[in-house]
Order: sequence, then structure tokens, then C-alpha cells
Amino acid sequence: MRPLDPRLLRYAQSTRAFLIVAVVVGAVTAVIVIVQARLLSDAIVRVTSQGAGWAEVRDTVVALAAVFVARALLAWLAEGAAVRASARAKQQLREGVVEHVLALGPAGPGAQAPGETATLITRGIDALDGYYARYLPQLVLAVIVPIAVLLTVLGQDLLSTIIIAVTLPLIPVFMILIGLYTRSRVDRQWHTLSVLSGHFLDLVSGLPTLKAFGRAKSQVDAIRAIGSRYRSTTMGVLRVSFLSSLALELLATLSVALVAVSVGLRLAEGQIEYPVALYVLLLAPEAYLPLRLVGQHFHAAAEGLGAAERVFTILETPVPVGGQYTLPAGPVEIEVQDLRVEYPDRTRPALDRATVVARPGTVTAVVGGSGGGKSTLLNVLLGFVSPSEGRIVVRAGGEEADLASLDIAHWRDRIAWLPQRAHLPGADLGETPSLAQAVGLGARGAVGEAVPEERIWTALDAAGIGDEVRGRADGLAAALDADGGGFSVGQLRRLSLARALAQPADVVLLDEPTAALDPASENAVVSAVRELAARGATVIVVAHRPALIDVADQILRLEPAGPEHSPLEEEIAEEAATSVRRSVGGDGW
Amino acid sequence: MSGIEVPTTGRRSRPMAALWRSMSDQRWELAAAGLLGAFASASAVALLGASAWLISRASEMPPVLTLTVAAVTVRFLALSRAVFRYAERLVGHDAAFRGLTQLRIGVYRQLERLAPSGIAHFGRGDLLARLVADVDAALDLPLRIILPWAQAVLVALATVLFLVWLSPTAGLVVGVLSVVALALTPWLVGLTARRAEARMAPARGRLTAAVVRALDATPELSAFGAAGRATARVRTLDDEVTSLNERQAFALGVGGGLGILVQGAAVSAALAIAVPQVTAGTLEPVWLAVVVLLPLALFDVMATLPASALALQQLRGSARRIAELAEVPAPVAEPAAPSAVDDTFRGLRLEGMGAEWVAGTPALRRVHLDVRPGQWVAVVGPSGSGKSTLAAVLMGFLSYTGSVTLSGTQVRDADGDDARRHLGLLSQQAHIFDTSIADNVRIGRPDATDDEVAAALHAAQLTPWLASLPDGAATTVGSFGVAVSGGERQRIALARLLLADRPFVILDEPSEHLDGATADALMDTLAEALADRTVLLITHRLRGLQAADLIVELGAGEVVARGRHEELLAAGGWYAEQWYAEVDREDMAELVPRLPVGRAVPWPGRSGAR
Repeated sequence: MRPLDPRLLRYAQSTRAFLIVAVVVGAVTAVIVIVQARLLSDAIVRVTSQGAGWAEVRDTVVALAAVFVARALLAWLAEGAAVRASARAKQQLREGVVEHVLALGPAGPGAQAPGETATLITRGIDALDGYYARYLPQLVLAVIVPIAVLLTVLGQDLLSTIIIAVTLPLIPVFMILIGLYTRSRVDRQWHTLSVLSGHFLDLVSGLPTLKAFGRAKSQVDAIRAIGSRYRSTTMGVLRVSFLSSLALELLATLSVALVAVSVGLRLAEGQIEYPVALYVLLLAPEAYLPLRLVGQHFHAAAEGLGAAERVFTILETPVPVGGQYTLPAGPVEIEVQDLRVEYPDRTRPALDRATVVARPGTVTAVVGGSGGGKSTLLNVLLGFVSPSEGRIVVRAGGEEADLASLDIAHWRDRIAWLPQRAHLPGADLGETPSLAQAVGLGARGAVGEAVPEERIWTALDAAGIGDEVRGRADGLAAALDADGGGFSVGQLRRLSLARALAQPADVVLLDEPTAALDPASENAVVSAVRELAARGATVIVVAHRPALIDVADQILRLEPAGPEHSPLEEEIAEEAATSVRRSVGGDGW
Repeated sequence: MSGIEVPTTGRRSRPMAALWRSMSDQRWELAAAGLLGAFASASAVALLGASAWLISRASEMPPVLTLTVAAVTVRFLALSRAVFRYAERLVGHDAAFRGLTQLRIGVYRQLERLAPSGIAHFGRGDLLARLVADVDAALDLPLRIILPWAQAVLVALATVLFLVWLSPTAGLVVGVLSVVALALTPWLVGLTARRAEARMAPARGRLTAAVVRALDATPELSAFGAAGRATARVRTLDDEVTSLNERQAFALGVGGGLGILVQGAAVSAALAIAVPQVTAGTLEPVWLAVVVLLPLALFDVMATLPASALALQQLRGSARRIAELAEVPAPVAEPAAPSAVDDTFRGLRLEGMGAEWVAGTPALRRVHLDVRPGQWVAVVGPSGSGKSTLAAVLMGFLSYTGSVTLSGTQVRDADGDDARRHLGLLSQQAHIFDTSIADNVRIGRPDATDDEVAAALHAAQLTPWLASLPDGAATTVGSFGVAVSGGERQRIALARLLLADRPFVILDEPSEHLDGATADALMDTLAEALADRTVLLITHRLRGLQAADLIVELGAGEVVARGRHEELLAAGGWYAEQWYAEVDREDMAELVPRLPVGRAVPWPGRSGAR
């Protein structure tokens, strides 16, 4: 939580114009407030000590009223400039994060926890309002305004100037000291708060379980306990920030009181003039106000700064694969050499070792238990994940290249891919894409470009679902809402396959394409796979049913690495131990 | 949240009033905070007044001693302003957070009343938002709305009274202008902001939904080169939110501007009234500065009220979402005079039972079923055939028509928790709480000893796994602890169930999310550990059903076949088809372990020589 994060300032570039307007408006307001003080003290002094009547001060009062009108207009302007200043910066950040998360792909830090990331992108970034709209402009004003006020006071009374000049710098000094002292404490407590809100999530998710065991009602005590910890930790943070405001406020008001009493007493002794005294009294608080506002706005911006920290964690994660090389057109051969994938936050490798050459026109079946790295292999081939060891060489048109050197967008354009858990979004992210939009996503059209219907029908037929779509009244216009638009799980699976096949591909990667399919649908998919290979594609398919293996040319088995035993193995081991025990006659060990 | 149709009882309460009521136990603490805040603000106003008087009096060059009281007062007010403000914040925030806990308990009680069937359509994220974000937002009600407004009213009252004593006309004018600043300006801001806010919630909802969709479908959008289009869509929706933001800022700007205009009017009017009074001798000159400067300070206190009005509008959405929960009718009505369920389990009987989630669309119809003590009964069928509905009805989570009797007692006449004392449930994705494994198991029976917990874990065949963990059963699992695989998760849930020691156990697709070998191993453990219980196994996987006493096949909400394994296999239909598909899968389970790991081997493939 740095008060002036250069990364945040970079995003402020785009909104510089509005920030400047905000600062200018603030500075002009400060000048007008000085004028207002002058007019007020003039009017009062002339009536009280010079015996002036209403006629003599009327012009001053009219001018004063005009000053208020000008201030009102400026206040209105300031609000507009502030919101525009933050809006642009926020939009750029938001877009940047979405773009980067999509570029990082499914293994990136954003896509791993979609719910949390979505909150960050929406509410988290919104919380930066306080930073861009209030804190940044105020920071500049906190330098300009006190100097202007101080110079004005200097023209009136030296002693007051000295009092203000001595106490004023104490405010930032105090702020920094208090900030340093409390930072670790505040950080720790924010962590506790996030743990507590995790508890509530846990409770909501576990509610059916608690109810089944008759423990749901008694959780009220747990909520009360969590609530009181929530309160005490939050109050711990707040007490610190209230105490720092108390210190700053005391410093400011006592300094103003010091000025007031000092000018009052000197006035009584005739050392200064009445107009000067009143003018200085009205000016003094204006010197402290901007600095106190900086502190206030910084506290308000703290939440946004916390969010910004997490935003930059995402933005600073490098995109894994990025070369410029474009492989020539034609059938593609893929050679996986001793591939190993490890994630820094996991102890076990996601993919231990894999070696395979997949040639055009063949089907490679990948089998094995869960956690063996079958989907990871496909993720590496798609460029979502970088290998930790080993490499992948691709060959086409007589040339060869390391996968890492390829222009990843071009490479992905040559791949037809069916993920294990497919979503069927439309490219416009609308709530209910039509079947044509969802399947057409695979055809990789440009923005706003409709995919020709015959291409979609070809894809649907290739996935063995064309006739079923023709049989529906709404056909290609079928709305794929959250419930799948009346399609069964198996049909949706084949729609995802159709999407993968919506444009001709040299490489076909299918992750359990027959999961959740009835035998008839399974046959349709199996023949689609055979057809793809027959037309020269390089097909790699994660298989868990014999029907798919029947059409394979080679099989690659992947299993989790290390000492991890599958429950099945445990049972076999246990059975073996039991039989050994029986054979030695007794349980003497 | 847009797009969620909330069934309601038709009773419409006033959400904001309801919100206040559920936090109002803290009203005395809040009143104290309001008073402290009023003292702080009054000190600020009085500080300027006292300083002005001090200087005006000093200009008359009196003996310095006569100024001592005023000088002390000025210093005291400077101190008291800061100290009172500090005290107000401490007391106010503490009270507000206490109120928050109270409100959260209220919201939780509603969730508990409705769970799980009544809240299924909300979605987990939405419920969490209500319990956490919406409740947290309610903090604004005392802190940003009620307290600032209450203290502004008190200070205005005190200041106006004091001014009336000095100059009745000036006091009256400042009083009228105070009403404008206290009520009219915030009302105007609220009115302007309300329209923008009403459109803001849906616009934010669309933006959030699009972002969530983009994140969910990240793999597809990247792989199919649609990332650019998705980002463009997010930009468009963001523009909409931004333009509404600007409208709110406009409202706030107008409010701020109006506030300053009112302040200017008060100061100018005070001058215009007081100056002739000084000339006429009805007001001592020394008081002129006070009459003019008090309004200046007073209207500074009211400067935050437009922001309060905006906060009030922004809180409406949260208040409505919280109130909505109270309006959802309970999925199962608890009987007024519940009949007790017999302590010994004497069987379960369903006669002509029907149930529906959505009125008019029955999920189950005319179900007859008889489960006698000690039996293993399986309910099978494709997904969507009504299997999970059956589990929900038996657990008392969903109301039914016809008859369901547990040990002779009609379930709808019994208290839900009382009936559930006799039932155990292992669902498809049992929830594991973010605590230790032992504590997770102990939910089954909170007073169980460590040995009993260990025995339950052993029966669930977790002992080897526990031995590999750093702290054994005391290891923390979940979000803040070690990761738990699907198989281990279900086994922990099984241990919990075994510890609870319920005579009748419902297994609702216990192996649904597990891969083949893990699923089979779990089913074997279940068969062993629950051998002496009465079990209703709901599943679409048929392995191990040869031993079941009775298999009931559901299709589209009705019983389509019943009998033992051989009978259903002979009858053909869904059961036989599914059975042979599973045999296929077992072939696979035999094949895979014979292959080398990590290196491809040629396969006859299309030649078909398997």
C-alpha cells in the first residue's frame, strides 16, 4: 500500500486532463476562499470599528454573495472532473485485466478463481475511485494551497505566519510516522478480515450439510462469534486510523486556536490591527484543511489500493508462450519430448513425464487416472501452460519449430479443441447466446461478423448432432440459457464438439469427448474422430471409454507422479497384507 | 441481481425500515455516538464563534484579563472538537458493527429456514453476497446516513437558538435555510441519484455477469481467438456504468453546489440583517462577527449531507436483497404441533408420493416404496429422473403430496430436525468445512470422544491417508489448509455420517464426481461400513447393485421398473443398457494398468484387433 504507486500513476496518464482540471478547480477555490475571508473581515471590521452602515458595506456583501456563487459552481465542476478522472483510469485497468486474464488462459492466476477475480474486476477496481478522484488531486492541492495561504498570512502578520509555518510540516511528518508504525498491523488485520469472510462462504456452502445433521440452528452462535471477531479486528484497524486522525485534528485545531488567541491578545495590546486579526483568524484553518483532507482521502483510498495490489499481481504475471514464428500450412506433426509440467504452488508435478510423436492422419489416445496430467498435456499444446522441462516440436511443410517460438494466436487457429468442461458462450458474452453464436465461436469470425449457416450445419453434422438440431423448431436460433436450452448433457457435449469442428483444423485436441454420452451419441462422436484422422488431421484424444481407444493408432498412459497411491492400489496392498497374515497363521504382528 | 425470479409470499415490507429494525438493538449506543458527534460539530461551530468574539472584543482594547475566559474557551473547544470526534467514531463504529452481527444473524436465520431447497435458485455466490456484501453495506445506514444527519440537526437547532437570542430575525432566516440544507438539498440529490441508481444496479449486474462469463469461458475464448471481442463487450458495458456514475456525480455536484449557495445566502443574509441592527444599536458591535461567522461554520457541518443522501440511495439495493429473503416462503412448513418420531427405526414407506420444485411441474409422481429395517434399496435412473428430488423429500427439505412415513410417523407432521435425527445423508459433493478433519467429522456428533472420531475415520478407510498428513486428523483442510481430493472428501463425509450413527442412511450419488477406480473403491468402503444399516442408495452407476435387496428404476419422475438386479437386467431397457456400458468401462480399467506410463505405445486401433 504505497501512497504513490508508480503503476497506478501510469494509469493516471490517460486521465491527466481531468486530473489537471480537478487541481486547477481546487486551486482556484482556494484563492476564492482567501478572497472570501478578506471580504468577510472587511465588512465586519468596517461596521464594528469604523461605524459604517449598510449602505457602505452593501457592495462588499454583494461581492461576497458572488464569491459564494462562484464557489458553488466550482464545487459542481470539481465533482464532475473527479469522477471523469477516475472513470478513464478504472476503465483502462478493467479492460487491461480482462484482456490479460484471457491472454494468460485457464492456468493463469485470474481464471483459477473466477468468482474472486470477477469481484476484483468490478467492485475492487471501483474502489479506486477514492484514489484517482480524491486522493491524487488533493495531494497536489496539499502542496499548493498551504503555501498560498501562508504567503497571504505573511503579508499580514509575521508571528501567525511563524506559528503556521512551524506546525504545518508536523502534519505530514506525523502522518508518515503513524503510517509506518501501523502499516504491518493494518496489513495483518486485513488478512484476518479476508479469512473471516472466507468463513461465511464456508458456512453458506455447508448449510445443507449442517441442516442434514441438525446443526444448522446452532451455527447462530458461530456467526455471533465470527461477528464479534470481525468487529474486534476491524475496530483494531479503525482505532489506529481514528487515533491518527485525532492526532492530526488536534494538531490542526490547536494550531488554529493558538493563532486565534495570539492575535486576540496582541490585538488587545494594540500590537496589530483589528482587520488583520480577523482576516488571519479566517485564513488559518484553510492552511491545515488540504493536508488533513489528504489523510482522510488516503484512508478512503486504502481499500482501492488493496484491490490494486491484487490487480497488479495478475497484470504482472507474464503470458507463457510468445513467439513470432508462423509454421507453414499443411499437415502438422507434433513431437512431445520428455515433457514435465510443475506449478510453483504445488508439490506434485501436474504432468510427470510424457514422450510421444503424433503424426498427421493418426489418432493418439491419452489414458490414465485422474491427476496424471492428461488435460495438462492439452493445455501445453494450446500454449496455456509452459513446460518446466522437455519441449514440444511441431513440424509442417518441411519446417520445424519449438512450440514456444510460435505466434500463439496463429497456432491456436489451426487447432480444434474440446475442453473437458466446456462452456458455450457467445463471443459477445450475452446471457443466452443462440446455438449459431455459440457454435460459430469456433469459426473465429471477426467482431460483428456472422458465420455462414452452412458452415455451422457442416460442423453440427460432423459432430453427429445435425439431425437433432434440424428436428427442433428453433434450430440454429435455439437460445442456450443456463439450463442448456432444452438440450441434454450429451447433446451439449456434441454441440461443443461441433464448435471445435466449425473450421477445418490441422490439429484436433479432444478431452474426454464421450463423457456423459449415451451409446448412440458415443458412436456418432467416435466416427467423427475417425473421420477427422482420415482427412489428415493430427488427433490427440483423452479417452476414458473403450470405444474411443478402438480407433486409436497409439496409446499414451499418464499417471500421477510420486508416492501417491490410488485408493484401488491401497486396497490391493491391504488385501495382500491380509492374505500374508493368514498364510503365516495368526496376527502376531 | 438481475435475472433471478424470487418467489415471494406477496407481503411487501419496507426494506430500509426492516434493515434499521434488525440493527436497532444498538440504538442507545448509536444515540450516544450521535450526541458525541453533535458535541464535536458544535465545538467546531463554537470554536469559530468564540474566536470571532475574542477578536472583536479584543479590538475594543479591554484589559487583557477580561479576555482570559474567551481564550481558555477557544483552546478548550479546539481540544474538545477533536476528542469528541474521536469518541463518536469509536462508539459509533462499535455499535454499528454490533448491529451488523445482529443483522447477519437475522440473514443467516432466513437462509437456514430456506436451505437447501428454498434457496437453490439463488446460487451460492448470490447468497454469499447477501450474507457478506449486502450486510456489510448496511454499515452505511448508521455511520454515513443516520449519525451525520442526526448531529447536523442537533447542531443546527443549537446554533439557531443561540442566533435567535442574539438576533431573532437572523436566527429565523438561518433556521429556514438550515431546513433547506438538512432536508431539501439531500432530497433533491436523492431524487436525482435515485434514477441513476435504479439503472446502475442492472448495469453493474450486466457488467459483472459478462466478466464472470468471460472468466468462466477463458479457455474457450482464448483458444478460439475471441478474446478481443470479449474485451470489447466488457468495454461497452463498462461505458454504460461509467455514464451512470457521471450522473451520480452530477447529482452529488449539484448537492455540493447547492450547499454552498445556501451557506452564502445565510452569511449574506446575516450581514444584511445584523449590520442595520448594529447601526440601530439593537445588536452590540462585538457580536456582529459571531452572528455572521456562526452560519459559515454551521453550513460546513451540513456539507456531508448530499453524500449521505447518495449513500441512502445506494443502500436501497442491498436493503431490498436482504428483505427479499424474508419474503421467500419456506419450502417446507414446520408443523405447529409436531408429532414425535419413534426412537427405534421401523422402516420407511412412501405411498403415492409426489413432489415439485416449480409449481405445476412435478419432479416425482405416484411413487410407492417400502424400505424395511436392514434392507439395502437402490434407486436408479438417468439424470433428471427425479432421484435427487426423492432425497430432498426424505430429508425434509422439500414438501410432498401423498404419504411419507418414517417409523409410522407422517414426515410432514414431524419437526424437521427431529425427523432428521433418524436420517443420515451422504450427498454427491459433501461439504468439507475449513477446519480440521476431526472437527469436520465431529459435526456428526459434537460430543464424540477422540477415539470415536478415530474409529469413524478408520471405518471410512482414511487411516493410511491420515498417516501421510502432517498433523493426522488434526490437519486443517479446505481453503486455508491442505487440498483434499474428491475421494478423500467423500470419505471424510462418510466418517461424519458413521459418527452420527443414524439408523437409516441415504446415499445420494456418493461417487458422482469421482473417476472410475476411486468411485469403485468408495462404493466398496460404503458397502462394508454400512453393512448393518438400512440404506437407500441413489445412483446412476450400477456397480455393486447385485447385492441390493430391491432396485427401483425412476424415469421422468415415475417408477418405471422395480426388482432385483437379475430381473432388471433381463427386462432390458435403461438399466441393461447402462449396465453393459459400465462393463465396457471396466474393460478399460483392466487395460490401462498394463500400459507403460509416460511413453506412447502403438495400438492396433482401426484394425479392430482388440
